[in-house]
Amino acid sequence: MDTCPKPTKLKHYLIIIGAVCLLSVTTVLPASGEIPRRIVSVVPAVTQILLAIGAGPQITGVSSFDDSQEVASLPKVGALLNPDIEKIFSLSPDLVVLYKNQIEEHTQLKRARIKTFLYHHGTLPDIPKTVRTIGKHIGKEFEAEQVAVGIETELRKLKEQTTGLAKPKTLLVFGREPNSIRNVYASGGVGFLHDILEVAGATNVFANIPREATRPSSETILAVAPEIIIELRSKHATENNINSDNNAWKTFSSLPAVKSEKIYVLTGNDLVVPGPNVAHVAKQIAELIHPEAF
Amino acid sequence: MKTPRVVFHLAAFAICVLAPFVGSTSINLYSAFNFEIPFSDNIDAQILFIARIPRVIAGALVGAALATSGVVLQALLRNPLATPFTLGVSAGGSLGAILVIVLGFSVSSPFVPTVALASFIGSLTAVSIVYYLARFRGNRLSTNVLLLAGVTLNSLFSATIMFVQYMADYTQSFYSIRWLMGNLDVSGYTPIISALPLLLVAFAVFCYLPRALNVLTLGADSASARGVNVLATQRLAFFSASLATGAAVAIGGPIGFIGIIIPHAVRIFVGADHRVVLPISASLGAAFLVICDIGARTILSPVELPVGVITAMFGGPFFLWILVRNQQN
Repeated sequence: MDTCPKPTKLKHYLIIIGAVCLLSVTTVLPASGEIPRRIVSVVPAVTQILLAIGAGPQITGVSSFDDSQEVASLPKVGALLNPDIEKIFSLSPDLVVLYKNQIEEHTQLKRARIKTFLYHHGTLPDIPKTVRTIGKHIGKEFEAEQVAVGIETELRKLKEQTTGLAKPKTLLVFGREPNSIRNVYASGGVGFLHDILEVAGATNVFANIPREATRPSSETILAVAPEIIIELRSKHATENNINSDNNAWKTFSSLPAVKSEKIYVLTGNDLVVPGPNVAHVAKQIAELIHPEAF
Repeated sequence: MKTPRVVFHLAAFAICVLAPFVGSTSINLYSAFNFEIPFSDNIDAQILFIARIPRVIAGALVGAALATSGVVLQALLRNPLATPFTLGVSAGGSLGAILVIVLGFSVSSPFVPTVALASFIGSLTAVSIVYYLARFRGNRLSTNVLLLAGVTLNSLFSATIMFVQYMADYTQSFYSIRWLMGNLDVSGYTPIISALPLLLVAFAVFCYLPRALNVLTLGADSASARGVNVLATQRLAFFSASLATGAAVAIGGPIGFIGIIIPHAVRIFVGADHRVVLPISASLGAAFLVICDIGARTILSPVELPVGVITAMFGGPFFLWILVRNQQN
């Protein structure tokens, strides 16, 4: 007779254990899914990726250089050189996007048990990869895949359009002294800007320099004799500035680009950002290099 | 045996004349001087006349200006550690240039490049402040106040430069840091022509100064007793050295080391008489910077090294070698 209540007790225990397990599963689920609700991004390229994959509402803080309308009202938390870690903490983020070399900030966030995503500046094929990785981190795999495939498809299409065409020697400039050809900064043979030139059907005149940016002397520019010069400027550049600035190239009258007046200026703040707009930038550049193909 | 002075001048002249024929690319001299080929089609001529010759002229002028300013300021302040950058002129010039780089101002002038103009305005501001603080202590400038005000202003401007760089985006920060390392690639004659009148005025005053500087190094009272108008000499020395430094910084950025090692190296060879030291410093300063710039454009070609890095990295050990050798002798 004593044995009779035992199965009932066991049943009760099992029910209790089952209920506890079920409860713990339901409480853990959101945590194990770990979909970040409050993302702070110090990297403009990643902010643009987050916006592109529909994670805009999850962003709670952005870098000082993020100027797109969607994030204009959000708190700014500094950037690569001056991240404001106190402000980042005050936004109670559950994911912070940092540059890979922001080691100090990474350590502090780790200590506070805040998850981080470390961004590394890479090549053109790395951009869709970054989009996918971010998608995985924030539970937007599907949207990220769509954006990544979009970038890859557009780039592939561009490559097909420019394959077989002549590859003019092109100088891609992203900085120089105003009104003179001094302290020119141009794309070297590494990085996404160099890759964009390749996709756009051009030969980068500094493809042999294993750096992202190079500062060629005027002698080197004259010696490499670019057939096309493309300058990337921020939106702040006015038309007057651009015209008077472009006249400075006339000093180098032997350059094929100067003779054929193939000096182009592209303005926009996202031109040098390796984000989701990269295929669009590549297309703009390709249209300048091969207007006949578009 | 003392080396005849003319040898220094001839060697420096030869270096400056030969320097344009050395570079990162090989050019065909026959084509470069073949004036039957239109200039706009002649790449060799453009490399020689637009890239190299202006660069060598800029190097020679900046080197001569910084070395002679160093000599004058060391005499004026009676301090062997004084350099053209001690009185805050270069920091003022650098701040002007960096503000323009970071804020993106642009003046559409075909005669003066924007950054050079801003740099010169910055230098003038620094000179005015230092002079205002040091003027009229009795019948002479207070060299102590001059020195202390200069050093303080230097720190103040340097801190402001750091602040501006810190607030700028990283492209601009990098760009301004690179400007601070010095660059003689002037790509044309405009920066040289715009700075030349200022340099000529400074050099003309330098020609007048040596005798008075010789007496001034004995002390202001001794100079006064020997009939030297101390205040006028101090003013001339201060403004001419500042003018030369400001113009040099506007052309090539703050290229360090020349203003201290060349004057001392020259003194080791020829003694302390300013009538000899000043012209030889001009020649050796010019030659030294031209040689350093050849290194800057060829060592890692086609990547260019900042000339300020070369002056310090090669000039420093070279100067120490001269110093040690001289002591052993």
